[in-house]
Amino acid sequence: MNRAAFKPGPWGWLVIFALAALLPLLKPGGYVLDIGINIMIWAMLAYGLNVMLGYSGLLSLAHAGFFGIGAYAVGILTLKAHWSFWLALPAGVLISALGGLLLGLVAFRTRGDAFAIFTLGVGVILQLVINKWDALTGGNEGLNGVPPATSLLGIDFSKGANFYYVALAALALTVLVVARTRGSVFGRSLVAIRGGEDLARSAGIDVYTHKLRALMLSTAIAGLAGGVYAAYVGFLGSSVTGPVTTFTVLLYLLVGGVGTLAGPLLGTALMYGLTQSLKGLQDYQYIVFGPLLVLLVMFVPQGLAGLWDRAQARRVAARTERTVDHA
Amino acid sequence: MRGAAFILWRLSLTTFLQQLFNALALGGVYALVALGLTLVYGVMRVPNFAHGGLYMLGAYFAYAALSGLGVPYVAALLLAAAGVALLAALLERAVFYPLRNAPHVHSMIAAIGVLFFVEAAVQLIWGPDFKQIAEPVPGIVNLGGVIITWQRVLVIAASVLVVLGLNYFLKRTLTGATIEAMSQNREGARLVGVNVNRVGMLTFAISGGLAAAAAALIAPIISVAPSMGEVMNLKVFAIIILGGMGSVPGAIVGAFLLALAEVFGGFYINLDFADVIGFAMLVLVLAIKPEGLFRRGT
Repeated sequence: MNRAAFKPGPWGWLVIFALAALLPLLKPGGYVLDIGINIMIWAMLAYGLNVMLGYSGLLSLAHAGFFGIGAYAVGILTLKAHWSFWLALPAGVLISALGGLLLGLVAFRTRGDAFAIFTLGVGVILQLVINKWDALTGGNEGLNGVPPATSLLGIDFSKGANFYYVALAALALTVLVVARTRGSVFGRSLVAIRGGEDLARSAGIDVYTHKLRALMLSTAIAGLAGGVYAAYVGFLGSSVTGPVTTFTVLLYLLVGGVGTLAGPLLGTALMYGLTQSLKGLQDYQYIVFGPLLVLLVMFVPQGLAGLWDRAQARRVAARTERTVDHA
Repeated sequence: MRGAAFILWRLSLTTFLQQLFNALALGGVYALVALGLTLVYGVMRVPNFAHGGLYMLGAYFAYAALSGLGVPYVAALLLAAAGVALLAALLERAVFYPLRNAPHVHSMIAAIGVLFFVEAAVQLIWGPDFKQIAEPVPGIVNLGGVIITWQRVLVIAASVLVVLGLNYFLKRTLTGATIEAMSQNREGARLVGVNVNRVGMLTFAISGGLAAAAAALIAPIISVAPSMGEVMNLKVFAIIILGGMGSVPGAIVGAFLLALAEVFGGFYINLDFADVIGFAMLVLVLAIKPEGLFRRGT
């Protein structure tokens, strides 16, 4: 993809995160902080999805399942094994990444469209397993009373405003890793794979290994989001780990812009904020979300960030034209 | 051999035959739903994630025709099939046809959006709770100790009839041949003058009609609920990957294989396991033979 992507740039991102970090200092109500933390959690999941869909061109529909694996890993480790949150979170990320590896070993044997179907199946199965495995996950009752984040370096992270910074740090880490990945040789190879697997293979790219690594990164991010979610919400049920969650986050990603760095955050902030502020919308959200997904892929497949790019490109083109005229 | 004899001794032949009939009825329904999906994939190259939604809608249309209009069962079945076929054709025009040249991921996402909408709309109109459809021919038939409900006999007979009819249509009529031609070679079909637009719409209509008929057939045995589409979606996708995406015989064989595995796995191993068994089969087949049991276009 040669066209200039919608990039706030490193400084832009610093400003965004600095502004976000200042929010708790304004002493907003718990409601505002809650929305902020939720946006950051779901944006992380959208980043995970974006690594697959945006960079590798593969539609993975099992991501809520990996979100669930991360969430339940943290929940079970802190609640039942009494681990510290700060140990359980990396463990959850690791377990999710390993799960991604296992999925990839089988799923990447299929070609093209079968991958999306296969991962949808995995997503449903993961939710079923979480729902049925009473001894481990609490089954239908769910997992109640997951302890909040414990203190680290003498700072108590269990309270709302302090936990906000945990989520913010996790999001910043996610954005950093994704940005570095996208810019690396590995990231470029992924984009080459998106362009055409056979072509990428003929250029000497080991497609299978690259896709496996991309899937592991993507599920690790989903697991991180899940782990933060577990400590924040304190209650885990199987309903959040199903394909409906994947589809909702997919919508966030599409609104923001698939394959862009700012898209996942932009789309999540906008769509999550909108659903929360329009209470009437919540009951009928899927009646609206369904057609919205269809309209987006039909008319604005590049999302908001992509629209910005296009406007930018047009401006650059216009400027070049003008220079040529003068010459 | 001793093991097999032991099982037969423990669970008599009658139970076995009874389970076999259950599997045949289930397989017939799976075959009808999977055939539509594989036809659409063959012609449009779109994995239609909304297919389970069309199936579920078929069950609700049949329910509405029975309870709202008070028509007899067969009329309700035909009405549901016609209604869903019409909607599917509209769907092809409004969504999948405009997206035919976009990346495949786009039509998949659009299909997911349609599934979202159909489920939410059905829940809004008919509510989230289960609906029951009465069996048109209540009672059982006793075949030398093997007891089968009339509804299952009806399901088996109807699905065999529909599959034979579909086969006749695809192999013996000109319109049917255009569908086969397009799934074998799109460009070639266009070159010899096949109206590609019409074939796409027709295929979607057939696929929706088959799914709705299957739903109306099985509805008296199971309960009708908005979530029934999701489970069926997963199963029929497993079937067409098993059988080879786009392959018609593959879909039929895959459907009966899955039904047999589910019924006997559920009966002899564990009932909780039944819904996941198709998926276990799928993982196994993909690990050994990634292109499916049948190659496309056979």
